[in-house]
Amino acid sequence: MRNAGERLVLELVLISTLNGVLFGMLLFLMASGLTLIFSMMGVLNFAHASFYMLGAFFGFQISRYAGFWTALVVAPLLVGAIGALTERYGLRHVHRHGHVAELLFTFGLAFVIEEIVQMIWGKAPVDYRVPALLDFPAFTIFATNYPAYKLFMLLISIGIFIALLAVLTRTRMGLIIQAALTHPNMVAMLGHNVPRVFMLVFGLGCALAALAGVIAGPALVTQSNMAELVGPILFVVVVVGGLGSLSGAFIASLLIGLIQTFAVSINVSLADLFAAFGFAVDARSSLSDLQNVTVAQIAPIIPYLLLVLILILRPVGLFGTRER
Amino acid sequence: MQYPNALQVCLSLSVLSFAQVPASAQDTVKIAFIDPLSGGGASIGEVGLKTFQFVADEINAKGGVLGTKLQIVGYDNKLNPQESLVQVQKAIDAGIRIITQGNGSSVAAAISDFAAKFNERNPGKEFLYLNYAAVDPVLTNEKCNYWHFRWDANSDIKMEALTNHIKTRPNIKKLYLINQDYSFGQAVRAAAKTMLGAKRPDIQIVGDELHPLLKITDFAPYIAKIKASGADSVITGNWGQDFALLLKAAADAGLQVDWYTYYAGGTGGPTAIRQSGVNHRVFEISEGRANTPHQSSQDFEKAFRAKYDLGLLYPRVVNQMRMLVAAINEAKSLEAPKIAAKLEGMKFEVFDGGEGFMRSDDHQFFQPMYITSFGERGDKEPFDEEKTGWGWRIVTKLETAGTILPTTCKMDRPS
Repeated sequence: MRNAGERLVLELVLISTLNGVLFGMLLFLMASGLTLIFSMMGVLNFAHASFYMLGAFFGFQISRYAGFWTALVVAPLLVGAIGALTERYGLRHVHRHGHVAELLFTFGLAFVIEEIVQMIWGKAPVDYRVPALLDFPAFTIFATNYPAYKLFMLLISIGIFIALLAVLTRTRMGLIIQAALTHPNMVAMLGHNVPRVFMLVFGLGCALAALAGVIAGPALVTQSNMAELVGPILFVVVVVGGLGSLSGAFIASLLIGLIQTFAVSINVSLADLFAAFGFAVDARSSLSDLQNVTVAQIAPIIPYLLLVLILILRPVGLFGTRER
Repeated sequence: MQYPNALQVCLSLSVLSFAQVPASAQDTVKIAFIDPLSGGGASIGEVGLKTFQFVADEINAKGGVLGTKLQIVGYDNKLNPQESLVQVQKAIDAGIRIITQGNGSSVAAAISDFAAKFNERNPGKEFLYLNYAAVDPVLTNEKCNYWHFRWDANSDIKMEALTNHIKTRPNIKKLYLINQDYSFGQAVRAAAKTMLGAKRPDIQIVGDELHPLLKITDFAPYIAKIKASGADSVITGNWGQDFALLLKAAADAGLQVDWYTYYAGGTGGPTAIRQSGVNHRVFEISEGRANTPHQSSQDFEKAFRAKYDLGLLYPRVVNQMRMLVAAINEAKSLEAPKIAAKLEGMKFEVFDGGEGFMRSDDHQFFQPMYITSFGERGDKEPFDEEKTGWGWRIVTKLETAGTILPTTCKMDRPS
């Protein structure tokens, strides 16, 4: 019996780790673009999660006519192009009026995209399905199946992470982007077309978010409020990871993915904690409600708690080097 | 939504005010339908709106009420109590005196409270609040209110029926509770614990989970936890995407348990059950499902499906609307106090057959209830759900008399 109990706990830990890493990698796909844009332009792109949503809906629509695999390639390219155009013909004009105007622009854009999505696809979830080719359990841990599609999502995100790292550290374009992150004025002085770099990075960031949308759509829900569900978490990742730091975004994404997943499985409450140290809690005290809240119940707010702590203790973020 | 809300509210309000051009003044009897028409609850709200519209059309085709037509006007409350009161006020300002709402007991409590205060302060302008789905027991107990009428069985009545069924199933040994973290979810878990404790003390409750309402997109971590607990059955009050996604994650992980549910039939639910492949292992308590052997309801079901391409989720909406019309005709008036007086204690032949009644003590409607299971269909089960090929089968029918629970309501009647 005891062995059975231990097996179940081990199973829970393994499955939660896989789930946490997967959620973390999805966050990273979105946050990598956001953090690059943020550090280059000094603007938090409020519409970033909307591009993720666009990716999911484009993916859904294209996969209906041309299959999932076409959608996987075409949807991010389309959304990336929309992103680049947004930068070229929207953000760049607003840029003259300062950061507040830019911020408001992206904020408004998020609503516009949401409304457009609702007009075209409605407010109810669309039936975006896992491709039949990947609709089987990949492997079984003890008695829990791990779906092949989730494994595929994991591999895609790891692949993108490696590719992104290679581009940024091994190519000339990557060098210019990196330089523009820390010394934008200097890079411009040296004769590089910094606005074009901005446009490319914006487009690339949107394409990555869209890719996350295409692969997350079938596994999660594809509906018009998916941007607002994931948007706030992205900001946490960017702030915790540190401005402009890809590795920071990577670590922060994984951290938040794992924290959220594991917090769900912890049933410890403050009262239990006190009890472990020998303090009995009076069940009738007015604080007993608060003390009986378990970690699992507050799981969704833990990332925001982390955000507050980081802002107090280390405002540049875990891996940030520059004050914003 | 974490970032600035005020702006969002302003924007959406301005959008709404364009969308809802008041229909031609007083030539219709208007009913305000206040429910989520955007966000995570939108899929549910839209189905509700369609159902009301369908029944209104049916009534209008037979000549309407008091010589005029019924008209349903949709208001989006985003499943938010404060926003709901804004919408109620808008409906009142538009001259509407009959309001209906269903999703979210926290919303229902806010509207019921508002109705009590508003109607006391504005004699001659009273409005009726007809609740078609919010099932928190307090609404017809501690917080009962004369202007509130409820057509769905409250969550205690449903849990009483579910636990009576569980009592007869000796194979249930370890049970897991997973519910949404708000008044309704908490009512479900509390009732489950006390009733099981009394009826089946041998059942071990191996998990008691509350999760945020309509915010979870991947239930995989919760499913891993259910699996780790060794549960053989799960009780959940989850509705909308919270149910569909829960089942979807269970299917992905290959979790094999019996599910005792309140809202498995909601949009997306049947699809998720079919995907998880648990044949007749998902049970639901309701006031009737498509395959009830009753001719007139099956005819209605056919017409409804022909029009909207979806199954009838809310037989209680049909009951509610038909009773409202009966009350208006009896009262020969559209004034809320006169209609309310006729609704109180009204006996009515319900949609799926059998007599129900609106109890005067607390304005809770009592009706025959069914426990159904979802799976492969037999010869006498003509309807499937969401094109899955699977349909509902009746497991147990409870007559009205068997569903009656006492109330603590001390009704404060207007003098």
